[in-house]
Amino acid sequence: MTATIEKLTPKDFASNQEVRWCPGCGDYSILKQVQTVLPDLGRPKEEFVFISGIGCSSRFPYYMDTFGMHSIHGRATAVATGLKATRPELSVWIISGDGDSMSIGGNHFIHLLRRNPDVNLLVFNNQIYGLTKGQYSPTSEQGKVTKSTPMGSIDYPFNPIALSLGADATFVARTMDRDPKHQQAMIRRAYDHKGTSLVEIYQNCNVFNDGAFEVFTEKSSKKEQTLMMEHGKPLVFGENADKGIKLDGFKPIIVDLNDSSVSDLWVHDETDLVKATILSRFYDDPSDENHFPRPFGVFYVNGKKATFDELFNAQIAYAKEKMGAGDLDKLIAGKETWIVN
Amino acid sequence: MTATTDKEVGSVVIRFAGDSGDGMQLTGTQFTNATALHGNDLATFPDFPAEIRAPLGTLAGVSGFQIHFGSTKINTPGDESDVLVAMNVAALKVNIKNLKKGGVIILNTDGFDAKNLRLANVPEAQNPLTDGSLADYDVKTIDVTKITRAALADSGLGTKEIDRCKNMFVLGLVYWMYHRPIENTLEFIKAKFKKNEAVMQANLKVLNAGWNYGETTEMFANRYTVAAAKMEPGIYRGIMGNQAAAFGLIAASVKSGLPVFYGTYPITPASDILHELSKYKNFGIKTFQAEDEIAGICAAIGAAFGGHLAITGSSGPGIALKGEAIGLATMLELPLVIVNVQRAGPSTGMPTKTEQADLMQAMFGRNGECPVVVLAAQSPSDCFTLAFEACKIALEHMIPVFFLSDGYIANGAEPWKYPSTADLADIKVSFAAAREAGDEPFMPYLRDEKLSRPWAVPGTKGLEHRIGGIEKQNITGNISYDAANHEIMTHLRQEKVDKVADFISDQTIDTGEESGDLLILGWGGTYGALKTATNILIEEGYKVSHTQVRYINPFPKNLGDLLKRFKKVVVPELNNGQLVKIIRDKYFVDAIPYNKIQGQPFMSNEVVARIKQILD
Repeated sequence: MTATIEKLTPKDFASNQEVRWCPGCGDYSILKQVQTVLPDLGRPKEEFVFISGIGCSSRFPYYMDTFGMHSIHGRATAVATGLKATRPELSVWIISGDGDSMSIGGNHFIHLLRRNPDVNLLVFNNQIYGLTKGQYSPTSEQGKVTKSTPMGSIDYPFNPIALSLGADATFVARTMDRDPKHQQAMIRRAYDHKGTSLVEIYQNCNVFNDGAFEVFTEKSSKKEQTLMMEHGKPLVFGENADKGIKLDGFKPIIVDLNDSSVSDLWVHDETDLVKATILSRFYDDPSDENHFPRPFGVFYVNGKKATFDELFNAQIAYAKEKMGAGDLDKLIAGKETWIVN
Repeated sequence: MTATTDKEVGSVVIRFAGDSGDGMQLTGTQFTNATALHGNDLATFPDFPAEIRAPLGTLAGVSGFQIHFGSTKINTPGDESDVLVAMNVAALKVNIKNLKKGGVIILNTDGFDAKNLRLANVPEAQNPLTDGSLADYDVKTIDVTKITRAALADSGLGTKEIDRCKNMFVLGLVYWMYHRPIENTLEFIKAKFKKNEAVMQANLKVLNAGWNYGETTEMFANRYTVAAAKMEPGIYRGIMGNQAAAFGLIAASVKSGLPVFYGTYPITPASDILHELSKYKNFGIKTFQAEDEIAGICAAIGAAFGGHLAITGSSGPGIALKGEAIGLATMLELPLVIVNVQRAGPSTGMPTKTEQADLMQAMFGRNGECPVVVLAAQSPSDCFTLAFEACKIALEHMIPVFFLSDGYIANGAEPWKYPSTADLADIKVSFAAAREAGDEPFMPYLRDEKLSRPWAVPGTKGLEHRIGGIEKQNITGNISYDAANHEIMTHLRQEKVDKVADFISDQTIDTGEESGDLLILGWGGTYGALKTATNILIEEGYKVSHTQVRYINPFPKNLGDLLKRFKKVVVPELNNGQLVKIIRDKYFVDAIPYNKIQGQPFMSNEVVARIKQILD
C-alpha cells in the first residue's frame, strides 16, 4: 500500500460490463454500497478480490473493476480460503446467497467461519432461488409455496445468524438492501474486523419473492418490527421509541417504556457471545402475537482471535527460522544412501 | 554349536505376514532399508487390510509385506516367496499359496493355539503344525511370544507392551539369516522411542535376541548371502512412490520459484503425500487439510489464482467429488496439478488394494468438453519424475494436469539413483506485468505460442480482471454466450492439451527389438511385471517387446508409428479395459486387451502365460 495513492471514486470500482440483474432487484443497492465504501478504505484497487459462487448474487464480481472470480456453486468460501492463505495481504471478499452459502455450500460456510481467515462474506439472503426461477431456499419460511413446493415447503428454515454464531464466527451482522447508510456502515465494519466477517443482507427478489422483508424495510412498519442494535446503547424500538428489551435472567422480555425506565433495559454489548446468541434467536414470524422485533446491526464481534491466514503463515515462517530454508539436494538424498561403483 | 553354511543366492523373496497389529509393515520397511544399504536391487509390495486393527487373528486381518531383492536387476516384488514369516495361523493360511514348494516357513507357534485356529476358521484336527500339511516346506517353529516375554521379563513393561516387540525378534532373526546390517534399525529404534527409554531398550534387546537366536540355535543349517547388485554407478537411496511424488512436487516448487499449496482431504492411499509434504514447511510448502475433497481442490484453485504452485491430491472417490472444480480450472486456464493415487473401485471399493481403473475418469470424467493433460508414473521412483513433470507442464502451459499413481507403486519401494537439483529441468514461470493508466487494456485470454493465457495475479496494478466458470470470449475473457465463440474456445482448450506433445519426449521401446511379433503396451505401475515378463519371453525366443506409456494425454507423437511396427499389440491393464479403448480409437490398431481386476498387481508368470497363449 502506498501513502500517495490518489483518492478513488465509486466509479473507479465499476467494471465496463452491463449489469444484468432484473430491474428493481435488491442486488443493485448492495453493489452501489460496496462501490461507495471501497474508495474510503484507502487501498489501491488491485488489492481487492471478489470471489463468488453461483446464483444471482454471484454475478457481482463481473460488475466490480477489481480482481474477481465467479467460481462454482457453494465453493467461493473454499476458493477464498486458498487465496487468502497464500496471499494474506489482499482484501478478499466473498459474495454469496442463501442457497449458495447455506444449501450447496453449507459445509464450506461453517468451516470458513470456524477457521476465521481475514475475509468478508456478504450473504445476499432473499429466501428464494432466483437464478433457477423460483424454488424455495434453505432460508424460506416453512409452508412456502413455490414451483417446487406447490403444497408448501415442509423444511424448517436455517437462521443464518444463529448458524454463524454456532460455527464460532468472529463477526456477525445483519443489514438490509433498503437501508443504504446502515448497509455501508456494516460493510465498513466487516472490512475493519480482523477475521471472517459475516454480513447477512436482507435482499428483496422482486420477481420471485417480492416483499419477503417488507415489514422490516417499509417505513410504516420498520420501527415497530426492527431492533437497530448499537454497541453500548439500550435495546429500544417501536414507532415512538417506546418499547425496549429487558433481560430477566436469561429470558428476554419486551417492556413498554411508558411503564418502565430506559435504564432497566438491556444495553447491547457486541462482545458478549451469550447475549448475541439470545439476540440471534429473535427470529419470530412477524405475524405471530408477542413476537420479538428482528435485530439489525452487529450481533457479535471478537477481534482477538488469531486468523487462519496468520496462523497458517506463521507456521511456515517458524519452520524456516527453526530449520533454515530447505535444501532440495539434502531432502532428496535423505539420511541413508549408498554408492554403486 | 553346529557351524552354519553360507550359501550364495542370486535373489530372494521374503513375505512377512501377521495380524495387522503385529507390526509387519514396519518390519518389512526396516528390512527394506537394510537391504538397500547392503546394495541389493529390490522391489516391495505392502499388502494390508483397510482396517487399522482388523479383528485379531482373522483372515481379514492379515497384513503382509513382500520384498524381492537380489544381486541382479529386480523389477517386481516377486510372484512367489522363498521365505514366509507367519505370525499366526491366519497369516499362514492366507499366504501359503504363494510360497514356493520347499520354501522356508518361520512360524510363531503361539499363533497356532486353539483360539487362533478358531479365529482363522481352521478345525483343531487340521492344525498345520501337526497335521502334516506342511511336509513340502522347510518349517522352522519358534515360540516367538514366549522367547520375547522371557527376554523382557525384567524390563518392567506390561505383557501387552512386551508382546509388541515380537516383530523385532523376527526381524533380528531374518537379518541374521541374510547377513543384513543391523545398525540402521538400532538407530531407528533409538530415534523412534527416544522419549520412552524402557520401550527403546526392550526393542533393542529383542532385535538382538532374534539375531542371537539364529547364531546359537541349530535350527538353521544355512545362512544366505546375496551379493550387491550390479547397478548403474551412482549414489542411491531407497524410495517409496508417495514419498517420491512429494519430493517431485517440492522439487518443482524449488525449480519454479513458486511455493506449493497442497489442498487435500485425507484418503487412502494418497494421504502419505500430505503427511510427507507437511513436514517441509521450511521449503515454503503450504499444506491445507480441507473439510472435504471439494474444498481441497477449490482452495488450490484460489491459491493458483494467487500465483502459487497449486496441487490437490486424492484417490478415485475424492477425484469424483473434484470433477466440477477440475472443470472450473479448465475454464479458468490456471495451472493445477491433480494427483490421483488410484485404488480399487468403484465407490469405496477396496481402499488398500491397487487398480488402474481411473484412467477414463481422468480423461473424460467431467461435464462438457473438458480435456486435461494426463501423466502416469510407472514405478515408485518414477513418481518423482512425473510429479515434477506434471507441475512443469501445468505451470508452463497454464493448464490442469492429472498425475496418476496407484496404491501399488505408492506404497512400494525401490532403490533410486536420485538426481541432483542441477540435473532437473528449469520451470519457466512469468506473471503478467503491471500496467499504467495509459497502457492498452489488459486482455486476460490473449494467448501465446503454446496457446496459454497470461497469469495475472491479484495485487498487480492495472491487471484487474474477472474470471469464472461461464464461457469466456477469447482474448477479452468477458462472459460470452456467442455460438461460434464457444466452439472456438472448446477447440482451443483441446489444442492446448494437444500442443503439450511438442514438449515431451518420444515413446521408446523399453525392452526388446524395435519391431516384432508382439508389443506389450502398458501404463502405470504394471511396468516391473511387464518388463520381467518380456525378458522371460525374449529368453525363450519370442519376438516380443515392451513399452510403457507415461504421457497418456497427449500421447507422444510417435506412438502410432511405433505400434504399427508390431504384428500384434497387447494392452495389459489392472482394469476392465481402458487404455486399450483409447488406443483403438486413436490409432485404429486392433489392440488386444488383457485385464486383471483383483486388487492385486500382475505377476510376471501370468503375463508370460497370457502372451504365449496369444502368440502360440
